[in-house]
Amino acid sequence: MAAVQDGQLNMEVEKDIKTEITNDGSGNINANSSSPGSTSSGGKSKSPAGSGEDQQTLLAVLQFLKRNKLTESVDILRREAGLSADADDSPVSDSAGAGSGGVPNVSADGGDANSLLSRVSIATPVAPPATAPPKATGSMASGGEDQPDVNVVLSAYSQQGDPVLYPLYYNGLKKFIESVLDCHRAELSQVFYPLFVHMYLELVYNNHENEAKQFFEKFSGDQECYYEEDLRILSSMSKKEHMKGNETMLDFRTSKFVLRISRDSYQLLKRHLQERQNNQIWNIIQEHLYIDIFDGMPRSKSQIDAMSGSLAGEGKRDANKAKVFYGLLKEPEIEVPLDDEDEEAENEEGKPKKKKPKKDSMGSKSKKQDPNAPQQTRIPLPELKDSDKLDKIMNMKEATKKIRLSPDNLPSICFYSFLNAYQGLTAVDFTDDSSLIAGGFADSTVRVWSVTPKKLRRVKSAADLSNIDKESDDVLERIMDEKTASESKILYGHSGPVYGISFSPDRNYLLSSSEDGTVRLWSLQTFTCLVGYKGHNYPVWDTQFSPYGYYFISGGHDRVARLWATDHYQPLRMFAGHLADITCTLFHPNSNYVATGSADRTIRLWDVLTGNCVRILTGHKGPIHSLAFSPNGKFMASGATDGRVLLWDVGHGLMVGELKGHSDTIYALKFSRDGEILASGSMDNTVKLWDTLKAFDDVELDDFTAATGHIHLPENSQELLLGTYMTKSTPVIHLHFTRRNLLLAAGAYNP
Amino acid sequence: MAEERRPKQCTVVLPTESMKAMAESIGVGQLQEESCAALSEEVSYRIKEIAQDALKFMHHGKRCKLTTSDIDYALKLKNVEPLYGFQSQEFIPFRFASGGGRELHFYEEKEVDLSDIINTPLPRVPLDVSLKAHWLSIEGVQPAIPENPPPAPKEQQKTESTEPLKAVKPGQEEEGSTQKGQGATSAEAKGKKDGLMRMKPRSTHELSVEQQLYYKEITEACVGSCEAKRAEALQSIATDPGLYQMLPRFSTFISEGVRVNVVQNNLALLIYLMRMVKALMDNPTLYLEKYLHELIPAVVTCIVSKQLCLRPDVDNHWALRDFAARLMAQSCKTFSTTTNNIQSRITKTFTKSWLDDKTQWTTRYGCIAGLSELGPDVIKTLILPRLTVEGARIKAVSDGPVVSNIDKIGADHVQNLLLKHCASVIAKACPLPDNVEQYRADYGYLGPMLCSHVVKARAQAALQAQQVNRTTLTITQPRPTLTVSQSGIGGSGGSRTPSIIKVPSSLTLMSTRPGTPTQPSPPATKYIVMATSSGSSSTQQVITRTSSSVTSTVASATSTLQPLVKLESGGSRPLQKYIVVSLPSSSSLESKSGVLPPSSSTSPILLEARIKVDCSDSPGASTQSPH
Repeated sequence: MAAVQDGQLNMEVEKDIKTEITNDGSGNINANSSSPGSTSSGGKSKSPAGSGEDQQTLLAVLQFLKRNKLTESVDILRREAGLSADADDSPVSDSAGAGSGGVPNVSADGGDANSLLSRVSIATPVAPPATAPPKATGSMASGGEDQPDVNVVLSAYSQQGDPVLYPLYYNGLKKFIESVLDCHRAELSQVFYPLFVHMYLELVYNNHENEAKQFFEKFSGDQECYYEEDLRILSSMSKKEHMKGNETMLDFRTSKFVLRISRDSYQLLKRHLQERQNNQIWNIIQEHLYIDIFDGMPRSKSQIDAMSGSLAGEGKRDANKAKVFYGLLKEPEIEVPLDDEDEEAENEEGKPKKKKPKKDSMGSKSKKQDPNAPQQTRIPLPELKDSDKLDKIMNMKEATKKIRLSPDNLPSICFYSFLNAYQGLTAVDFTDDSSLIAGGFADSTVRVWSVTPKKLRRVKSAADLSNIDKESDDVLERIMDEKTASESKILYGHSGPVYGISFSPDRNYLLSSSEDGTVRLWSLQTFTCLVGYKGHNYPVWDTQFSPYGYYFISGGHDRVARLWATDHYQPLRMFAGHLADITCTLFHPNSNYVATGSADRTIRLWDVLTGNCVRILTGHKGPIHSLAFSPNGKFMASGATDGRVLLWDVGHGLMVGELKGHSDTIYALKFSRDGEILASGSMDNTVKLWDTLKAFDDVELDDFTAATGHIHLPENSQELLLGTYMTKSTPVIHLHFTRRNLLLAAGAYNP
Repeated sequence: MAEERRPKQCTVVLPTESMKAMAESIGVGQLQEESCAALSEEVSYRIKEIAQDALKFMHHGKRCKLTTSDIDYALKLKNVEPLYGFQSQEFIPFRFASGGGRELHFYEEKEVDLSDIINTPLPRVPLDVSLKAHWLSIEGVQPAIPENPPPAPKEQQKTESTEPLKAVKPGQEEEGSTQKGQGATSAEAKGKKDGLMRMKPRSTHELSVEQQLYYKEITEACVGSCEAKRAEALQSIATDPGLYQMLPRFSTFISEGVRVNVVQNNLALLIYLMRMVKALMDNPTLYLEKYLHELIPAVVTCIVSKQLCLRPDVDNHWALRDFAARLMAQSCKTFSTTTNNIQSRITKTFTKSWLDDKTQWTTRYGCIAGLSELGPDVIKTLILPRLTVEGARIKAVSDGPVVSNIDKIGADHVQNLLLKHCASVIAKACPLPDNVEQYRADYGYLGPMLCSHVVKARAQAALQAQQVNRTTLTITQPRPTLTVSQSGIGGSGGSRTPSIIKVPSSLTLMSTRPGTPTQPSPPATKYIVMATSSGSSSTQQVITRTSSSVTSTVASATSTLQPLVKLESGGSRPLQKYIVVSLPSSSSLESKSGVLPPSSSTSPILLEARIKVDCSDSPGASTQSPH
């Protein structure tokens, strides 16, 4: 069971987010309980391990409130939760005993308290501290206070056996697993890594420094190579004192490592351990591992390798069961007044045939509702303005001139090199119509360039504006100050490197996120900063506008992704669950979901409406640095430091492809406008094009694989690779398909 | 690999001595061993933790080098105040020192004189960030433009030429895809399997229209009359990355050109062609191995041909021979392998015709030039033993009845050539007392002249030896403070302890005395201050080719200052000293710097002229020694 041992509840408050991590994975069921207005705490669930813990959490919040003398809130909370006044005073020590890993124990009470809690967190002013990043534990500044908390977490390790026997235990298990039938061996081998880590931590915690070191040296070589990063962190921890405030350690402790093992294999393991009376290992498995048992054939080594590699094991199967409405929203119907004109022009050029069928198809597509699409009004979206409609029309017109891409008809690539950037370019974005480029730099500046002949102009000052005739037709033209026309503008405001940057779809705003912990909204009319969204406190690695504007998502070092609306200075949703930094964020094309990639090597998909985590995708072996949705919203691609691109079926929550070829971190991914081609850009100075149609076709999805998620990945990266384009010495950090399917790439020339 | 490293990761901790030293530096003496051990483990852990965090910033900064600012941000993340003052864009110039059984890396901090900073003109403002677009690919085909990398990297050209039977290789694929478009890759993938059956890949050498135009332009410019155009064309050959497809054409052009022009005795054209060879060799993206069979005969022709010009008595065909000989030596160095044995074959060719009595003076000159460019070892084993014979032959021409003017000139040149090359070799090889009689006995007619040349060469070598390890420093102020890389005494003012940073004696290049004031002089003059440590090294290769004009001027100035040199190296002077050379105005420096690199691309004719300029300049340089 998770870490609730006694009444040291201050920790619980800070750990609030962490505890729900374990639950988020499995619980998407209670979407009903959280109102649209609730914060991420709505992610609580009735998962097997959930109920007792919820109570605990509630008590923790109470304790915290009490300590901070917020008696009023305490009363409200207690009333709502229906708890007796003394409930929180008695330290709860039962839960550890109750939970044995997989006993479904859904009590109505737990669910109730849970939903209440979520309400409480909006109602009381305490919400921000309660959801404060778990990082606080890590900071040395708050030293004295968090010491007991860590002790709570760690105390589970205090029960110990003879340190000398640890290698024997481990070796015994190793011998056993090596001797079992081949079909079970791969599955059971999964146990090694979490077991190794926990045994090592236990040794360290109990001050058996030398034994721990020997243990590490003896067995670290056995672990899978993709855990190398974690092992490196682990190896540096050789003293009990180091464990305090170490995030990795806390992650291991607070989250259960999830393993998927077939029933047969699990029985084998269980029998072996019970026969041998190997309680030490059995305890660890009981307490720190979540074994997701499935019926059927044991998985093969390659199947396991494809899915494992994340910080906390694989996603539980039921974590990916929730329905995801991956279809696109219906396009608003816009009369195209300029259409006739356009058609005439087309006629003159003598290509009327081509255009007509296309237009029809588009019209019909927009009329029928996709069964997989969410309700049009599932989340409130901003209304279309006239300018947006104009843009849509432009978009449609451009789309008719779009080049049909195929393996025989590859896109042209235009590369924008940032010269003299002195290694400082950290983020790039293009507007959807490819008229503007923005760059974020390590020197805290944001620069915007116009790549069309149209120069960037500022709106005139207020005094000058009052002189303008507001009735004139070209008022929009008149308000611009001709004197300020230039090809690029610099935006000053951040106080740290700018790591994320995103244009609003209407090109009026620009978002930037920075090391200084803020996200800033800039106006591209006045070229000034409009809002600084504070909340992250730690570096914000990425930010992204919704495809419909208004909403945006940000994620950073504090492991929490926040959903904001541009006109609110506080976040609307907080998506907590990742075990390490959130490195990249992306909206689903229908704006109802948000994907986040993290340094814990998982990708999570969050429901914007409920705040629930609806997908946990594991399989990457390094921090994820780029995400892309296919234009139809059905598929997703992700790229990581391991140089691999993984393809996912969003609806089924399955990995459907693996593209190997890059030799360094992939910082940019983009699907072409029709989704036939995926472009990837990497630190290894290449742009690669992949045949995604073929990739998605090659995967056969029968019911069984869809149900179990055990997929055989075809080894066909080389066949899918359509082209590799080396730059001279420019890492590719952004890619963008124009509306006509020309690929734009950007990076800083690195002489 | 990772597995091998892991156990090591576990154990790497800072040495306890470091803890001790650091404790001493803040005034804590006598730290106990146990506390040291405890501290070092804790510190190692924290440092690792910070480094791991800093890596995150590196990744998000989209770099592959960790910078000091990454570490600052990582510290900030932990609520630790960052280290101020360690601003370095990417490279921290740690110096390594070892001695007394200790090894250490230290950060060289130069003491800066504020007035220097104030008085130096402001550096150029760095260029602002700008955006430049180019086509990385056009419908799947990467255009061969300077913005893109060369279509076939050198390694690939190499595998292509050295392993021609290795079925279908990347080069083949590349060619196919660049021409047909990579669109058909999947189809080609199947084709690839068929390709495996072929023994030798087809090599297409079709040039696009643009390439044909380029080829025409370049070859015309190279042999045309406009020098400016030629310089541009040669520059293009030497730097353009996409030439490999044209390489066979160029090499045929050169070899045919030489064949024709040797017959016609057109010296100018031969020179131009040799310069093309030079440019091709300078191009880092080209792999010439495949075309040596055409290029080497052409070059050798230009070295040893009996007649290269219409009027051998007037024209300076000797320079062409020298230049070609240098090219030959360079290609020997670059391309000679145990398989092709270029160097030994070339050496054999030269020696054979040199040994032949009937060989003309011109060819003789070429052979000797070609041999002596191959290096001191070749000179020692092949030329020195024959000096007596050769001397007799020269004597016969100069003393004997005048046969023809041409012969006399030829003999003269051969004599000078022999003296020039042999002197330096003898200077290194023979024991010191240069006895004229001894030389006469050893080398016959050439002995006495050799002797004087050797003396000169020794002097020069001594001067150059002093420059080894020199640190140059350009000072515009009359009062230079020379506290660069001080040993203990100089640097102990601050918080660092002299006990850690103990610079071993071999490293103390500079005097421990800060800045002996040199003579004040008008501020416009530039000073080059050199610290010398005599006798520490005997390397001749002082004149490192650096881009900075300062170093090259030093070299040129000193190389022509022979009288001074004697002064310096004559006796056993104290170990450290400064030579302050005030240099003449920069206009004459400009012309000098061209002389230095032996492989500079100036034409051989110009070369000689420049040497003359040099000599006339040298008296302008005055020297002072503070000691």
